[in-house]
Order: sequence, then structure tokens, then C-alpha cells
Amino acid sequence: MSGAGELLDLSLTGLSAALAAGRVSAREATEAALARIEATDGRVGAFLAVTAERARERAAAADARAARGARLGPLDGVPLAVKDLFLTRGVATTAASRILAGFVPPYDAAVVERLEAAGAVLLGKLNLDEFAMGSSNENSAVKPCHNPWDLARTPGGSSGGSAAALAARQAFGTLGTDTGGSIREPAAFCGVVGLKPTYGRVSRYGVVAFASSLDQPGPLGRTVGDAAALLQVIAGRDARDLTSSTRPVDDYGAALEEGARGLTVGVPRAWLAEGVEAGVARRVKEALALYERLGAKLVDVELPHTKYGIAAYYLIAPAEASSNLARYDGVRFGLREGGAGGLKGMYGATRAAGFGAEPKRRIMLGTYALSAGYYDAYYLRAQKVRTLLRRDFERAFERCDVIAGPVTPAVAFRLGEKVADPLAMYLEDVFTVTCNLAALPGLSVPCGLHPEQQLPVGLQLIGRPFDEATLLRAARALEREQGPLPRPAGLEA
Amino acid sequence: MALSLDEVRRIAVLARLELSPEEEQLFQGQLSAVLDYVAQLEELDVSGVEPMTHALAEAGAAPLRPDELQPSLPPEEAVRAAPAREGTFFKVPRIIE
Repeated sequence: MSGAGELLDLSLTGLSAALAAGRVSAREATEAALARIEATDGRVGAFLAVTAERARERAAAADARAARGARLGPLDGVPLAVKDLFLTRGVATTAASRILAGFVPPYDAAVVERLEAAGAVLLGKLNLDEFAMGSSNENSAVKPCHNPWDLARTPGGSSGGSAAALAARQAFGTLGTDTGGSIREPAAFCGVVGLKPTYGRVSRYGVVAFASSLDQPGPLGRTVGDAAALLQVIAGRDARDLTSSTRPVDDYGAALEEGARGLTVGVPRAWLAEGVEAGVARRVKEALALYERLGAKLVDVELPHTKYGIAAYYLIAPAEASSNLARYDGVRFGLREGGAGGLKGMYGATRAAGFGAEPKRRIMLGTYALSAGYYDAYYLRAQKVRTLLRRDFERAFERCDVIAGPVTPAVAFRLGEKVADPLAMYLEDVFTVTCNLAALPGLSVPCGLHPEQQLPVGLQLIGRPFDEATLLRAARALEREQGPLPRPAGLEA
Repeated sequence: MALSLDEVRRIAVLARLELSPEEEQLFQGQLSAVLDYVAQLEELDVSGVEPMTHALAEAGAAPLRPDELQPSLPPEEAVRAAPAREGTFFKVPRIIE
């Protein structure tokens, strides 16, 4: 390996191969990543904490294993980073909220355990919208994150740090969580691959809860193969999360190179009509045409209830959030304010000082939707609409293997552009939330740059429950044919 | 659907959130806009449709852990992150006058 720059250009799987062949050490890879973070993160803001000492210790242990010929697998010695929504034993976990100030968890999230058991080197904790609530990473109580393609623009949210760190070549792979699009949207905005697995495929144990029936951890990678390698390690049953599935985990790597020939790709034409920016629609249509050239068959599918997805989501997610966030009361962890005002005064003052505007808004909305007299009209109706959405997909998957469309209606927007209008921000998620409501897997893969704005466009692929392998196969076929995106321009100036 | 300021205050009490007068005004407008938007769900006929109560089709079918005593966090660890504690207890303001 001739230099740190060349090393940082490697994909996760490329680095893994170089580590296995002894061409590079985990220490070199870790030092290169730490130096890159040091040099660039003042402008990007992807990291909330860098755990350099711990990373160096883990890298040294990986190198020692390699010297003994006892390499643990594809992630052994690979520097990664995780969204600061995953609990990390002995390392502060903030959920980008003031209310968790000073909180150092006594245990690791299941996915963190699995990454470390696989030998991964954790570089630190990544920026996000507070409690994963947002589509721009501007709701972080710590600092906004910037898009490495254009530092004046949002990286997307809520896993904005997870996508930006990859695009900025600060880490070789990252984890995020996706409740309504929070992996796929930032992946699309930053030109990387993001996979939201089927609900239940990856354990939520140790993930700070937002909306428990929707939240799902998942991988982000610079390539489809990188995302597959990460999913392989984090997927699978965890007895500590009763909603984690007992189904066997597929061999995701084996599916990657099967190509698109023989696949049937469902296209909801309505997703490419009204409301989608012309440059985004053009790139998505080109990707669809490419699938046809690669031997896939395109069929039209109808998802008639998509337009109700946002409305159902913004009742169900806040309702669950209002319940989950009730635990932040100043008693057991984090911030405490107003202790002199009695117990109720302390609750109210702690929550007033600790939560930012978006969590407060969602707690209020959820409390209202669940309150006496409104439950049937709002929450119960939304859950019924969720059934209709699920049925739409079931019918569509009778005719196709994957559904393809845009991830977002437009490319990355400017920081500050939608902050004052929450509803406009919520509408960003129009194509992503249905996947969560129906508990399906969804993936964002780059499909080129916007013809005028020169910013990444993401193609969304949605699959049958637990069929992540077909999503990865389809995404890899597109990636192989298109080749990599150019390097983001925002950090080069 | 427009929420009144009184309704905003009532929700804040239920949610254990102290809001400033500016926040009450802000949320009155923003929550009303969201409720207007979600009202479109009323267009749908959902009679006879079961609510989706489980995101995972097999939820409820997953095997439960055996009902056996297992190690858990020691009490000292469980209270370590508390903003105020006394021994292995969480300390809160007095609630009995």
C-alpha cells in the first residue's frame, strides 16, 4: 500500500482482502482513518465522539490475531463507526440529545457486540438527528452534519453522520437505524449504499428506542458488497429482542454476483410522476432501462395507498415515540433539572430542558393521537391503513421480485432550507416510510449524479420480507454496470 | 384541524413537558398543520380492515426464553448513571408532604 490516501480509497471488502493478504495492517488502516477524521471532520461534523485509544487497542489485537494466523473473518481489523443511537459500554451514548448528557451505558447494543466479536475496530460514534427524528441531521442537539458532496447541504437524516463519514472516507463501513427512511435517505444524498433490513432481521437490543414497531438497525457501505459483509455479521436471532426473527440468515455474499438476468422488477409508475424532480426521475429511469438491458423484466405495479404513508407514519411513529421517550424523566440517567419543584416539576423541567424541538413536537403529536377520545380516530385508523399498505406490497410481489423507484423526490437540500416547516421536512420521506410500515427490506444504491446539480441520486429497491439477498443482488448488478461515482467534491476544495 | 392553545397546554401536561409561551404558540400552529395533513386518512374506508398490530408476521410465535433466573446488571451498575442516588437507590425529590 503506497499511502494513506490509497488505503482510504479501498472499500471495506478491499481493505479486508488487503488485511488478509498482509499488504496492510489494522494499525495502518486505523491510523489512516483517524488522521482523515482529524483532517476533515471539522468541516463534515460526522462524529460526535472519536474513540481513538480504544480503536488503537482493537487494531493491535487484530494485528496480533493476524500474526498468529487466527483472523476472525471479513470485518477483523476493519475500522468502522456506528450511529450514536447504539449503546456502547463505557463510551458515552447521546442520541444527539441534551437529555442523555453524561450517560455512559453499562452494556453494548447487540450489533456492537457482534461487530466487535467479528474483530471490527470501532472508531467512534456518529452524528444523527436527535433520537433519530429527522431527515436532515439538523435536529442534532450537538451540531449539524454536512454533506461531503457540498458542505452547504444536508447529508440527510437521521443517520446523516453514518452516510457522511463514508462519503468523506473517514470509515470503511458504518451502521445506522431506519425508522422511516433514516438509512436510505442519507445514503442516497451522500452517494453510498444503505440497507434497511426486514423488521426483525437485526436485533434492536441496546438501540435507543424511537418507534419500536418501525426501528431497524442496518448497514451503510461504500459498495453493495460492503453492506452485504456488514449485514452478514449483524443479522440473526437475538434472544434479548423478542421481535428478532428466528429465520436463518442467508449467505449475502453468495447472492451478490448472480446478476440481474431473470429478475422481475416492479415499477410503481406513480412514484416517477408528480412531485419527483426531473433530474432524479431521469436517473431512476435510466437505471430501470439498464436493468432491462441486463436481462431483467420490468412490470408495472400499483401501490395505491402510498400517498397515505406519510400520514399514517406521522401518527404511528410519534405515538410510539411518546411512549418510548417517557423514560427520560431525570430519575435514572442523563439530565436532571428543577429538583426543587417536586417530582412532577422535575419531570417537566428535565424534559423541557433536555429535548429539542423535534422530539417535543413528536411527543406532543403522539400523546394527542393516543389520548382519550382520539385513539380510534388517529392511531387505530393509521394502523388499519398500515394493513392496506402491507396488502399493496403483497399484491405487487405476486408479480415481481423487487420494486424499484426513487429514494427521495429530490437530491440533498440546503441546510436550513426546511427547518422552519416540519411538514415539508416530513414529506421528504414519502417513498421510504411505506417500507417501514409494511416491515419490508429496502435498499438505496447510487444511480448516478443529478445531471445539473452533480449530486448523488439514489435508486430504492424494496424486497419481500427477509429477501435482502435479492435486493443486494439487484443493487450489485446496477453498481457493477455503472461503476463507482466520482469522489465527492465538497472536501477537495 | 386547528388545536386551541388550551388543548396544546393539556397535551403538554399529559406529556410531562413544560412549554414556554413561545413554544405553545409554535406547536399550536405546527401540530395543527400536521393534523390537517393526516386528516386525509379519513378518505379511506377502513371498515373491516384489521389494524396491523405486529410488524413481524411471526411476532408472538418466536420462542420465549426459558423462565430461568439469569444474571443481570448488578444494582451498583444499574444506578451508576443516575443523576442523583443514595447507595443503590435512585434519589428523587420528596413526594410526600
